[in-house]
Amino acid sequence: MSASDSAAVRSGPDKLVYMANQIGKFFAHQGEEKAAAGIADHIKKYWDPRMRARIVAHLADGGAGLDKAARRAVESLR
Amino acid sequence: MSLVQETDYGTQAAKSDAVVTLTIDGFPVTVAEGTSVMRAAMEAGVKVPKLCATDSLEPFGSCRLCLVEIEGRAGTPASCTTPVAEGMSVSTQTERLKKLRRGVMELYISDHPLDCLTCAANGDCELQDMAGEVGLRDVRYGFAGDNHLGAAKDESNPYFTFDPSKCIVCSRCVRACEEVQGTFALTIDGRGFESKVAAGMNESFLGSECVSCGACVQACPTATLIEKSVIEIGQPEHSVVTTCAYCGVGCSFKAEMRGTELVRMVPYKDGKANRGHSCVKGRFAWGYATHRERITRPMMRERITDPWREVSWDEALARVAAEFRRIQAQYGRGAIGGITSSRCTNEETYLVQKLVRAGFGNNNVDTCARVCHSPTGYGLRTAFGTSAGTQDFDSVEQTDVAIVIGANPTDGHPVFASRLKKRLRQGAKLIVIDPRRIDLVRTPHVEAQVHLPLLPGTNVAVLTAMAHVIVTEGLVDEDFVRARCDLDAYADWAAFVAEPRNSPEAVEAIAGVQASLIRDAARLYATGGNGAIYYGLGVTEHSQGTTTVMAIANLAMATGNIGRPGVGVNPLRGQNNVQGSCDMGSFPHEFSGYRHVSDDATRAVFERLWGVELDHEPGLRIPNMLDAAVEGTFKGLYVQGEDIAQSDPDTRHVTAGLSAMECVVVQDLFLNETANFAHVFLPGSTFLEKDGTFTNAERRINRVRKVMPSRSGMADWEITLALAAALDVKMHYDHPSEIMDEIARTTPSFAGVSYARLDELGSVQWPCNENAPTGMPVMHIGGFANGAGRFVVTEYVASDERTGPRFPLLLTTGRALSQYNVGAQTRRTENSVWHQEDRLEIHPHDAEQRGVRDGAWVKLASRAGETTLRARITDRVAPGVVYTTFHHPDTQANVVTTDFSDWATNCPEYKVTAVQVLPSNGPSLWQESYRAMAENSRRIELDAAE
Repeated sequence: MSASDSAAVRSGPDKLVYMANQIGKFFAHQGEEKAAAGIADHIKKYWDPRMRARIVAHLADGGAGLDKAARRAVESLR
Repeated sequence: MSLVQETDYGTQAAKSDAVVTLTIDGFPVTVAEGTSVMRAAMEAGVKVPKLCATDSLEPFGSCRLCLVEIEGRAGTPASCTTPVAEGMSVSTQTERLKKLRRGVMELYISDHPLDCLTCAANGDCELQDMAGEVGLRDVRYGFAGDNHLGAAKDESNPYFTFDPSKCIVCSRCVRACEEVQGTFALTIDGRGFESKVAAGMNESFLGSECVSCGACVQACPTATLIEKSVIEIGQPEHSVVTTCAYCGVGCSFKAEMRGTELVRMVPYKDGKANRGHSCVKGRFAWGYATHRERITRPMMRERITDPWREVSWDEALARVAAEFRRIQAQYGRGAIGGITSSRCTNEETYLVQKLVRAGFGNNNVDTCARVCHSPTGYGLRTAFGTSAGTQDFDSVEQTDVAIVIGANPTDGHPVFASRLKKRLRQGAKLIVIDPRRIDLVRTPHVEAQVHLPLLPGTNVAVLTAMAHVIVTEGLVDEDFVRARCDLDAYADWAAFVAEPRNSPEAVEAIAGVQASLIRDAARLYATGGNGAIYYGLGVTEHSQGTTTVMAIANLAMATGNIGRPGVGVNPLRGQNNVQGSCDMGSFPHEFSGYRHVSDDATRAVFERLWGVELDHEPGLRIPNMLDAAVEGTFKGLYVQGEDIAQSDPDTRHVTAGLSAMECVVVQDLFLNETANFAHVFLPGSTFLEKDGTFTNAERRINRVRKVMPSRSGMADWEITLALAAALDVKMHYDHPSEIMDEIARTTPSFAGVSYARLDELGSVQWPCNENAPTGMPVMHIGGFANGAGRFVVTEYVASDERTGPRFPLLLTTGRALSQYNVGAQTRRTENSVWHQEDRLEIHPHDAEQRGVRDGAWVKLASRAGETTLRARITDRVAPGVVYTTFHHPDTQANVVTTDFSDWATNCPEYKVTAVQVLPSNGPSLWQESYRAMAENSRRIELDAAE
């Protein structure tokens, strides 16, 4: 996502997608499988249930914008 | 009650394990080698007359009052400058000494206004005391000769006066400015009889470099430098030791009182954080406590467009309770939450999170640490196992190389800065990593060996490049790593940092810093002896804030700079109780003591004690609350002592979130910016009006003591209790000490903390429990709290906030010495003399390109919004970088900052905003409409009977 999208991601699923992908960048060096586990663990520990439900719903709608590791992480939250 | 009197030993304590025994007036005394005769005498209970000596300063030997006779030695040496020796026999009172001292006093008094009865220092004047002690009965020289009695008084400083007619030229003020504060603003001008104290280049105090720390006033033995409040009110009659409510240094002060009126705040010598020093905020900026804009009665209104209406406490609390319960019934249990304050006490913070968890039935509690040091908690816990700094402030006295990164201690943490500067003057080396040329880079008698003026947002790249140098040049402390750290994690990390893409040469293009400077910094830190890292919000307030904290921890572990005095990782906390508010369970995912809400055993502890079932799911963080409000699932908020509408990023989003809520409750001293969006206002109390504790940046738990009644009738902890009662939530405490007792029962790292223990020890640094009954000044000695230190791979990820043709400059923000945070307190004091408005610092090159003149109005625009303020042209900032503060609501610097945030904690990326700067001729539309809205919102309906 480019910086010019800032206003668009202030709330809603796009913002959650952005956040999940951002977490993924920290874990990226561990490889996709470990990164997905790291992202999922982080989301479980720090995201309120409504945020988790929302990104899971977004995945059910196709999960647009989710990076591969983040997508796998969200899949594991279902 | 009486005044807390501290013994002045005349000279500083010697730091030697060897001892010397001597006799003073026939009494044997054993003291540390290197102690002065004057101090040895005082320790033996013999007070030698003195004027130029005081134990905060190096001995000077100029006043000639402290003369003594020493058996076998010729003459009458000054006791302040004479060290003790084994077997020495000292006489402090002989006919010869009496005559000499009277003669000296006659000379002093012959040029002194004899107005003792009307002098503001009457009762607290060392000259007066000495005249009495030496038995002065007449002045043989008369009073008709040349004198300084007509010298003009300097009243330019808002807090103290300088009356040269009363000056005895003892140089204590000059020495205090040099030795204690390290500013060197004062000097003795002229020679002989013409000698006089001068500020700067014979300027007024206000016009000079003086930073108004008060050290000179504290050191002055007469009324030459004296607080205006003492002149106005008179001498205090009792004092209470308490803790400053400004920055995270947590200075101890004596609140000196006359009845319930505060006369002055005097830094407490036994305060272990400040060791008797202070800054302009803690020492002088307490007038807000009695400011006319204090709100002292509860208020409420139906809509935020209505005027406020004063109501009773019962009515206000009943409204909150009814609204919160209605909202939960209508929108769900998770539709409300609370925000705790880092300006409130540990006990108050603990109560708010308890109210949310036990009363609201969710974990929607967060704190302002979210927007400052939340990455510190996450990062240090990952690396070391504890969410806190590793050292005490005394540790700096043993530091050989200090790295200051993303912090500006001379402005943000001035008392610590003075202690650091003192160590630097003694020869320690300094590395500054900051986009801006902060004062520490070059200040009197201090100059950084290396300054890395990196581009905002590139901390991780630069720190990883330093690690590259340490690993590839064989500078790793392998013994430390092998003994103390997880070796697999180390191996992964070492391989990562050694990659060529992490070399200084590769990073130079990213960070804009010469590779050779990065190499110099790494080598100096790794090989220069005890290396300590001090950091601030320039580290945490980035999209990679947590990663940067981990990178700092990596450097400390790789070089073995952990686990002993002089080294360590030291977060400089922004507000007085940031550490404490985090410790007390203010985060939505964890209870006090940093235990996750999903942990069954921890939840069981609280469920048994509180008698309710607790939610095992994490709650909403502040930015998530605002997002949820905009989305319509979060409708009610209890804000204790925070001003998120001014302090949090992307103001338009914050205000949109607040506006979308149905019941916003603000508990504060003033109608702050957040109160513009509130439905109920509960009047809070200042730190002077309540008991409690603050925990500073070094984990030190300090007592806060009530010195005057609450102006609203209730301390903040009592208000939370009353709100709990209105919500039928069972909580009962008669005193904050009982809340601390509960904290100790539920929180392992606080198990040994009680008010009795704090009164006994003065303060204690957690952990304080059976393993560390008197606390722990330095952590991780012999081993890390998590068993093995964990190195973490810190891949640099560029911020998504990038410059481009529309927004070609990078804005970074900070704070000024004289103002504090959103300025709610300091703007309501005379401190505004030094900082009346936020200004935009811009490099001459960038200013020239845009036709911006110094002092002219400019428009500062980002993708999030725009504001206007006046420009200050300076090469303190590099080309391409601009800087401002966020102390004034008229500027609303956070209209410009974006909602990008740290990946782990959502700590906002305040320090990197792509902006454009253009000449302007007036306020932005946002400023105009916001000002009108704020004025409208602050209307208070007059009582019909008035």
